[in-house]
Amino acid sequence: MLGRRVQKQENRTIEAQARPERLLEVADLHTSFKTPRGLVHAVNAVSFTLDRGKTLGIVGESGSGKSVLSRSIMGLLPRQNVVREGSVQFEGNEIAQFSPSAMRAYWGTEMAMVFQDPMTSLNPVVKIGRQITESLKYHLDMHRDQSDATALALMKSVGIPEAERRLNEYPHQMSGGMRQRIVIAVALACGPKLLFADEPTTALDVTVQAQILNLLQQQQRERDMGMVLVTHDLGVVAGRADDIAVMYAGQIVETAPTRTLFAQMRMPYTEGLLKSIPKLEQPSHSRLEIIGGRPPDLINAPSGCKFSPRCPYAQDRCHVEEPPLIEADTPGHYFRCWYPVGTDAGREALERNLAANVPQAQAAVAGDAALAGKIETALDQRIEV
Amino acid sequence: MPEPSLSATTNATAVDNGDVVAGTQSLVLDLPPVQGTAKVEKSKTKKLGIVGWIAIFWLVAVCAAAILAPVLPIPSPTKNFLSATSEGPSLAHPMGTDSTGQDMFSRVIWGARASLLVSVSSVAFGLLFGGILGLIAGYYRGKLDTIFTNIFNVFLAIPQLVLALALVAVFASDPAVSVGKREFWLIISIGLVSIPIIGRITRASTLSWAQREFVLAGRSMGAKNKRIMSRDVLPNVLPAMFSIALLGIAVVIVLEGGLSILGVGVPPSTPSWGNLIATGRNELTRIVGACPQVILAPSIAIFLTVLSLNYLGDVVRARFDVRESNI
Repeated sequence: MLGRRVQKQENRTIEAQARPERLLEVADLHTSFKTPRGLVHAVNAVSFTLDRGKTLGIVGESGSGKSVLSRSIMGLLPRQNVVREGSVQFEGNEIAQFSPSAMRAYWGTEMAMVFQDPMTSLNPVVKIGRQITESLKYHLDMHRDQSDATALALMKSVGIPEAERRLNEYPHQMSGGMRQRIVIAVALACGPKLLFADEPTTALDVTVQAQILNLLQQQQRERDMGMVLVTHDLGVVAGRADDIAVMYAGQIVETAPTRTLFAQMRMPYTEGLLKSIPKLEQPSHSRLEIIGGRPPDLINAPSGCKFSPRCPYAQDRCHVEEPPLIEADTPGHYFRCWYPVGTDAGREALERNLAANVPQAQAAVAGDAALAGKIETALDQRIEV
Repeated sequence: MPEPSLSATTNATAVDNGDVVAGTQSLVLDLPPVQGTAKVEKSKTKKLGIVGWIAIFWLVAVCAAAILAPVLPIPSPTKNFLSATSEGPSLAHPMGTDSTGQDMFSRVIWGARASLLVSVSSVAFGLLFGGILGLIAGYYRGKLDTIFTNIFNVFLAIPQLVLALALVAVFASDPAVSVGKREFWLIISIGLVSIPIIGRITRASTLSWAQREFVLAGRSMGAKNKRIMSRDVLPNVLPAMFSIALLGIAVVIVLEGGLSILGVGVPPSTPSWGNLIATGRNELTRIVGACPQVILAPSIAIFLTVLSLNYLGDVVRARFDVRESNI
C-alpha cells in the first residue's frame, strides 16, 4: 500500500520532468458485450488522441457507444462478459490491460468522471462534505481539518453559495444543478489530469445546462486538464471543444477540429445531427427536422456503411462496402463516407436519390418545404456557427 | 431524457390548465421534466401516530421490565405461595397464580427476559451473517451470487421448526445441560434459520442499490469494493434489513413458544413466554381448578409485543421506502 503510493509519487516526478503534451492516446479500441443474443459491438475500432489542456467533444445519439467508450477508456466496465481490445495510453503508459487494482492508482487522482445524473450519482444517505472529503483522505492522506478546508475551497470554486452550511447537508436538500456542481467538485477533488464528462447536463434543467458547461470549461482551463465531453447535443460542444468526434454505431464517423467540422462537414450523419437542432430564425410551428429511423442493432450491424439505411445520400455501394476513415483536405479532419456532403459526389448522390424517390432523401429535404425541389439551395443551407 | 424541443401540433388534443382544447392549433412546449420541481406530490411517509407511540411504550416497558426483573419489587418467579394456588388476579398477585402457587406476574416479567434474549440475539445473529452474505451476493453477483442464493434456498427448504428441533436435540437435549447452554443453542439454531430470510432481503436490496451511479462514481474515484459496500451500499440497505428484523423478532418469540411446547425451548425452570404457555397448557388439561390466566397472561404479552413489533416494522418500512422520486 505504502510502497505503491511512494512509487506513484516517483512516477509523478518523472512524468512532471518529461511532461509529455499527449495526455491520452486511444488506438483501435474495441469493446463488446457478451449477451445471450450475441456479441454487442458497442465500441468499434475507435482511435483518437487528446492533448493536455484540450477538450474533445464526443457526439452521437443514444446507443452510439459514447458512454461505453468513456467508461471503457477509464476501465470502469465490469470484467465479466465484456471484451475489450486495443490500446489506451495515458501519458505514454499503456493502461488498457490493467487490472482494477492497478487502475485504482489512476482513478480519482489521474482521471475522474462526471456522471450524467446528479440525482443518482451522489449517495443519498451520505453528507455532501464526506462525499467530497473521502477521496482526499484516502488518496492524498489528508487530515480531517485539512480535507474539510479543501472541500470548502472546492465547493466555492464550483460556485456553491454558503459552502460551510452545505457541507453538512444531504444530496436531497439541493437542487439538480447544485448536485451536479457537487459531483464536479467530487471529481475534481484529487486534481485529475483527465476529466470525462459523460453527458453532464442531460439530466438538468435547460437554464442550468449552460452554467454547468461553463463551470466545466472554466475548471478545465484553470487546472490545465484534458477533458472528454460526451454529449448528444452538437450545440453543447460547439463553443467548448477543441476537437469533435462524431460517433455512430460504435464508430467514429467524423472527427475534426471544431471549426473545421462545422464549416466543412463531410459525413451525412453529422449534417443530420446539426439540422435537427431547432433554430431561432425558423418561423414558429415549423417541424423539427429529424434523422429518420433508428440506430442499427449492434449485434447484427448492417454490412457496408452503418449509417446507410438512414442516409439520404446512400447509394448501392454504401450498403455493401464499409467506407474507411478517410483524411479530408484539412489536416486532422477524418470521415467515413463514399459520397461526402459538400462534394460533387455527394450532391449527385442526393439528386439521384431524390429522382428515385428514396424516402430518406425526400425526408431530408422535405423539412424545408419552401425549398423543396431546389436541391442546391437545400444542400448549401448550413447553419452558421 | 428528451431534448428540449418546441413542437407544434395541429388539430391535436392538448390539455392546457386542465381544459381540453380540441381541434385547435396548440403549442406544446416539451421540456425535460425538472426533477427538483416535479415532485409536487407530498411524500406519504406513515406518521407514527398514537398507535405507534403506544407500541413504542409497550416495547420499552417490556424491555425495561425484562432488564430490571431482578431488582423489581416482585416475588421470585419460582417461589410457591402454597396458600394461594390457582388464584385469580388480586392485589398481591396482579395476574393470579398457577397451580403450584407461583406468581404469574413475576413469571411473565421473567419470561420476557428469556424470550427477548433468545429472539433479539437470534435475529441479530441472522442479521449479521445474513446481511454479510446477502451484501456480498448482491454486490458481486455472478458465481458468488449463485452459490449463496442456492445455499439460502436449501436452508429455506428445511422447515424452521425441524432444523431448530434437530440442533437443540443433538447439542442440548440433555436435561442436565445448563439453561445458558440451552439458550445458546436455541439462538444459534433459530439464527441459522433466519439467515436465508434476511440474506435474501439484503441481496435483493443490494442488487438495486449496487446498480446506482454513485457506486460507479465511487469506483471511478478509486474506492475499493469493501469500502463501497460498507460505506455506500450498506447504509442504503439497512432500513430494509431492519424492517424485516423487527418482524423477525416477533416471529422468533412465537417460534420459541412452539419449541417450548415440543420440549426443546428454554427449560421450564427458567420461565419464558413460550414455556409458560407450554406448562400452562399442561395445567389446564390435567389439573382440576386451574385458572385460565396461566395461559392468558403470557399469550397477551406475546400478542401485544408481536403486534407492536409488526406495527413498528411497517412504519419503518413505509418511512424508508425510498423511491426514485423521493430522493
